[in-house]
Amino acid sequence: MHPAPSVILFTTLSGLGFGLLTFLGLGYPGVTGWVAFVFYAIAYALAVGGLLASTFHLGHPERALKAFSQWKTSWLSREGLCAVAALLVMGLYAIGAIFIDSHWRLLGLLGAALSLGTVFTTSMIYCQLKTIPRWNMPLTPVMFLSFSIAGGALLAGQESLAIWLLLLAGVVQLGYWVQGDKAFAASGTTMATATGLGETGATVRAFEPPHTGSNYLLREFVHVVGRRHAQKLRAIALGFGFVLPVVLLVLPVDSSLVKHLMAAFAVLAHMAGIAVSRWLFFAQAEHVVGLYYGKR
Amino acid sequence: MTELPTSTSRKMGLVIDLDTCVGCHACVISCKGWNTENYGAPLSDQDAYGADPSGTFLNRVHSFEVQPAATPDRPAPAAQLIHFPKSCLHCEDAPCVTVCPTGASYKRVEDGIVLVNESDCIGCGLCAWSCPYGARELDLAEGVMKKCTLCVDRIYNENLPEVDRVPTCVRTCPSGARHFGDLGDENSAVSQLVAERGGMDLMPEIGTKPVNKYLPPRPKDTLDAQIDILAPLLAPVTEEPGGFLGWLDKALDKLPGQSSGQTSGGTR
Repeated sequence: MHPAPSVILFTTLSGLGFGLLTFLGLGYPGVTGWVAFVFYAIAYALAVGGLLASTFHLGHPERALKAFSQWKTSWLSREGLCAVAALLVMGLYAIGAIFIDSHWRLLGLLGAALSLGTVFTTSMIYCQLKTIPRWNMPLTPVMFLSFSIAGGALLAGQESLAIWLLLLAGVVQLGYWVQGDKAFAASGTTMATATGLGETGATVRAFEPPHTGSNYLLREFVHVVGRRHAQKLRAIALGFGFVLPVVLLVLPVDSSLVKHLMAAFAVLAHMAGIAVSRWLFFAQAEHVVGLYYGKR
Repeated sequence: MTELPTSTSRKMGLVIDLDTCVGCHACVISCKGWNTENYGAPLSDQDAYGADPSGTFLNRVHSFEVQPAATPDRPAPAAQLIHFPKSCLHCEDAPCVTVCPTGASYKRVEDGIVLVNESDCIGCGLCAWSCPYGARELDLAEGVMKKCTLCVDRIYNENLPEVDRVPTCVRTCPSGARHFGDLGDENSAVSQLVAERGGMDLMPEIGTKPVNKYLPPRPKDTLDAQIDILAPLLAPVTEEPGGFLGWLDKALDKLPGQSSGQTSGGTR
């Protein structure tokens, strides 16, 4: 799949933003006043910024409102509704925390659930696609949720919790790669089933593509270039996304300034790592339509 | 709504004969021609006369080389070149319809045709992601999703002569490799063709239940009975009359006197 920067930016940033909103909704940290304002500003900048980035790749962004109508069948529609609901509910909750010093517990819990729901519905957009075996596995939503929760804990300053959640997310990431590498073969889709020409052991080979030039399908679905450095990028994603933040969090530091600086570095490293992981998520995903072109 | 109909009254679709397709791409051109100037936005081209031309097509013809496996009967079977036209299969369980967030994609109850309402399409591309066959292409000029309409503006068009009320690819095909009809009616010509020739689904494991069927190619290096094209010229021609005429011929031969010209069995 073509790793569109808008979609990578969107899933990375909004995942973190909604993760932070989840923790704020649960009351960790139970901040009020100006401190709360800063926390909510960061969370909304990430979540809303991500959502806006996702509209950049639309052919007709001015019709985006129509995308809220098909929640009965479409995960994309459900995601839109969930995101708006989460932002509205958490907005109310934030007003309470910032201006009148009060935490409306039930509203916060609802907002936290809707925030996680947004991340889940985002992941289901990818997970539902049988055409992309690497995405069509239960580990896809597990990965999105574990990243969002770990990143949220990190941003929310829940250090001791964040260490464990980051380690867990790292393990999920490794599991996703191991299972994902086997997914295409396990799906059973081959050139033989795609063309119906492989009966009784015949070998099917793509002889000639329909056109000498490229086309929308090849540009969108058959992205072979980026896979060359996949192993190195995986190491970078794992190192920056999980290992480095955990190291920065466990280092014993006395000064509070240094501690804050280390936490900031941990957040930046985590974001960079997740962005690389998300890039691989797209670049390594193989769409079955490539088989008609003799490519993966 | 993007909910799929539980059933459609008819299942209009195509049957594509891989045995007779000659790979001329006439269907591709006639499809582009008809659909660029009729239903919906035109099918745009980008850099059409430049170094890297590309464009939107609703029908593309691939070519595959198939090398059959060797068997004791056929130790060295010949490879076959199969031309493979591919367009929307108008699936019964069309994933492209249910993923659509705006309701722009829909499957018609009356004939099962899958269409896009272009004024509702936001161009997110998710339907193209969900299609295993690469049947949908986002038009780069218009920013909306384009796909085969089964020439919905031809098949019911009473302004056209009746013979033209079929999809333009079917009308154009010079080798009779494309057939159009109701695949939900088991007595229709297309359904009978599918039953007779063992019509198949593409990627059945994905569970899209395509309406369009493909007829498998037949091996071209073996024939059921050996045919010698000179046989009609070499076979002995018997001109000996039988029955009453044969008896009369023999009886007259036995009579004394000269017979003129040829008699049975050739010249004497």
